[in-house]
Amino acid sequence: MTTDELSQQLDLNSLAQQVVERALQAGATDAEAVVYEGDEFSTRVRLGQVETLQESGSRAIGLRVFIGQRTANTSSSDLSESSIRRLIDGAVGLAKITSEDPFAGLPETDEFGSLSGDLGLYFDDVYSLPVEQRIEIARRCEAAAMAADTRIQNSSGADFDAATSRKIVVNSRGFSGEYRRSYCGFSVSPIAQDMTGTMQRDYWYSSARHIGGLESPEEVGKEAARRALRRLGARRVPTQKAPVVFSPEIARSLMSNIFDAANGDAIYRHASFFAGQLGEQVAGENVTIVDDGTLVFNGVAGFGTSPFDGEGLPTRRTVIVENGVLKSYVLNSYTGRKLGLRSTGNASRGLAGTPGIGAGNFFLQPGSITPQQLIGDVKSGLYVTETMGFGVNLVTGDYSQGASGLWIENGELAYPVEEITIAGNLKDMYRNIVAIGNDLTFRSSSASPTIRIEGMTIAGS
Amino acid sequence: MTIPPAADHKRYFIDTLGVSERLMERCLGEALSAGGDYADLYFESVTSTSIGVDESLVKSASQGISVGCGIRVLSGERTGFAYTDDLSPERLLRAARTAALIASGPAKQQVQGFTSPTTPELYPLAGASTDAEIAGKLELILRADRAARAYDSRITQVRAGYNDELRRILVAASDGTFASDTQPLARFNVFVIAKDGTNTARGSSGGGGRITIDYFETVKTPEHFAQEAARTAILQLGAIAAPAGEMPVVLGPGWPGVLLHEAVGHGLEADFNRKKTSAFAGLIGQQVASSKVTVVDNGIIPNRRGSLNVDDEGTPTRENVLIENGILKGYLSDKLSARLMGIPSTGSGRRESYQHITMPRMTNTYMLNGEDMPEDIIKSVKRGLYAVNFGGGQVDITNGKFVFSASEAYLIEDGKVTAPVKGATLIGNGPEALKYVSMVGNDLALDEGIGTCGKSGQSVPVGVGMPTVKLDKMTVGGTN
Repeated sequence: MTTDELSQQLDLNSLAQQVVERALQAGATDAEAVVYEGDEFSTRVRLGQVETLQESGSRAIGLRVFIGQRTANTSSSDLSESSIRRLIDGAVGLAKITSEDPFAGLPETDEFGSLSGDLGLYFDDVYSLPVEQRIEIARRCEAAAMAADTRIQNSSGADFDAATSRKIVVNSRGFSGEYRRSYCGFSVSPIAQDMTGTMQRDYWYSSARHIGGLESPEEVGKEAARRALRRLGARRVPTQKAPVVFSPEIARSLMSNIFDAANGDAIYRHASFFAGQLGEQVAGENVTIVDDGTLVFNGVAGFGTSPFDGEGLPTRRTVIVENGVLKSYVLNSYTGRKLGLRSTGNASRGLAGTPGIGAGNFFLQPGSITPQQLIGDVKSGLYVTETMGFGVNLVTGDYSQGASGLWIENGELAYPVEEITIAGNLKDMYRNIVAIGNDLTFRSSSASPTIRIEGMTIAGS
Repeated sequence: MTIPPAADHKRYFIDTLGVSERLMERCLGEALSAGGDYADLYFESVTSTSIGVDESLVKSASQGISVGCGIRVLSGERTGFAYTDDLSPERLLRAARTAALIASGPAKQQVQGFTSPTTPELYPLAGASTDAEIAGKLELILRADRAARAYDSRITQVRAGYNDELRRILVAASDGTFASDTQPLARFNVFVIAKDGTNTARGSSGGGGRITIDYFETVKTPEHFAQEAARTAILQLGAIAAPAGEMPVVLGPGWPGVLLHEAVGHGLEADFNRKKTSAFAGLIGQQVASSKVTVVDNGIIPNRRGSLNVDDEGTPTRENVLIENGILKGYLSDKLSARLMGIPSTGSGRRESYQHITMPRMTNTYMLNGEDMPEDIIKSVKRGLYAVNFGGGQVDITNGKFVFSASEAYLIEDGKVTAPVKGATLIGNGPEALKYVSMVGNDLALDEGIGTCGKSGQSVPVGVGMPTVKLDKMTVGGTN
């Protein structure tokens, strides 16, 4: 680290400290400052040529103040003295017009903390490759996808991205913490076309916290090609009730609805079908769902790992559903107080707005059977590889999404299907998870193995 | 309200932020120093305010300031891009040098003398909210809270919010474009929960546009949004399972126009067509909809959420015909696609912020009136779905498949609207779906100003609209 970089780091940390102190002087009874600093690089290669190249850095600050039980917040990307003054005066001024809320406030002093030791969040090698080599990774990935089959003659391009960021949280109750994170990844979207002229696009990717964690560009390219090719010739199927096998990518999003349903904000407003269900059976006995912000894999932090949450509480492991029983909501300090519970260390904090609730590493515990067996047990049903739309209602549990995938006949993936919908109610769907695969892999911060759900309605021709 | 001449917009950047025209010329020169064909600087300053009422308490109040400059260099099909949130000459010149590296060679283009386009004045000039004004806005959302609770005793939870932003932009480009604009945008939202025994339902409503606060006193009041949200939630308490399968679908006027946004709008954005990755590529001049269908994208309707005096490349927006009597007429383009495809820019170059790259995007997309009476359209359906409100939609540009999710819909039985049904997703194929339009009403309406469109991770405000329309068949994703 150069002296220049070091002094800049000290500056941002002391800026956060000063903003908190100055907010107190301006009339706040409590204050919390968040500073974000990031650098990002991205490039896209399409049909072998560089299409975009971008590189930038940014910094911004967010301030949350309390005047007794009143609260407001401000943010700014301009760190000049005049803007900082407006940031502080603005927050204090705004707080005066908000209501007294008995549940508002920073967390209690004994709740603060941070995971100790090196979590493996930051690797400076994400920028170690020269730009030419980063471009080359994207180029190789796309080339492998396009060489996979003559039916692939076009592409939406291949991307390579790298980013590092630093987050500082300081508050007036004595918490001060910061961490840096790194990320790199690449992806490709090849387009396959059949003799009728119909095009299908699909996508595959690899991402990691350090360059060494990335998969082979050629393998990722080939996988993307396989995914695009298997969609060619897709047809519709008649409207029917049938078992649906969710591929890991789609099962992951279905399981994330459990996190959203357990979100304390939705619970206290009765805007979730999980409200009042703590201790009740909400899923099959085979279902155990965990959120864990502490995971480290061979010295490398998980994509959802951090030492502390958006309010300065240590992250932790929370079992949300255990053997089908709802064991815990996911909470920040506000929703914890509203529900008479403690925060689960799930506060998420952007620069603007009040803290929300976010997941760490969120996953469904794997079962023991292979995905092949899971599909093999289906006589006639759908293997869904993509869903589309916004047809998930967490108040009622009603679920209706556009879908595409492969039709299963006698235990085999027989032909591609598209332009259909799958529908049911999440309350029933979680109880009807009849099989869970053993194929749990963390490709991002949430993960699920393959699962099979009985009794869903498929609408088609 | 007095509207200052366009030149005043730019004064903000020059006087307040200290960016001189000479510095802009230097940055553009630096950006073209490695042989780029075109360069532009996009200065942006956004002030946003957000306040919210939850459980009848004002629980949140936020203000944010974001200032920065994005610098882009085009070289053939290549784009170099860098941005900075520090507008000092050193940082701007450094960003220009970074973006310049997309090209490699000696400088070949000169920066043209700046000229400003003539632009309309589609919206009032507003200032950033003062504390006193924020207190006035608070009263509006408290009114919404009271009105929703008064609507029905089964309304148990109400959240109401008001968000506005003032976005100032200045675009300076090497082709001589020098355009500036000040764009106000406000939005009101109400979200309610209704409870009846163990039965729970949600309802939401919202609207706004490029307007001033008095719009919410005189045109669309807090009570209007509150009652609409409450009505929907109470209605949903009694909703039955939605049907599943192919059937005739009648779409009500206004927001159901999101169908057009998904089914055809995205597929006609020029970038996808230049790259031949859209299901609509090569279909110009061909029949892609029933002859009753004419669809336009119109950026120049006063005060609309999707309207802009100039796009984010400094090109004046306009009305673009996408489909005329069923025939595909044209694409939506930005400068890059226009240059590479040999077509004019349609004023469709938009970006989420200075941190994002410009892409062709929609503004306000809607279908023009037909001649049918809405009641005749309903009468013509023996068994089908009447959908009057929707949540979001999504499209796969390449295979044309699109979805949009109904949030308020009813069965049509023997020509009559009967039971309300639960939300369901509708799915179709873009280049085919509109061929099934058999009746078009004479009741064109635009949405109330709530649309936000996402593309490649960038969100921009948009509008949609349509008259009552009958599609002879569409797939409805219910459970029954």
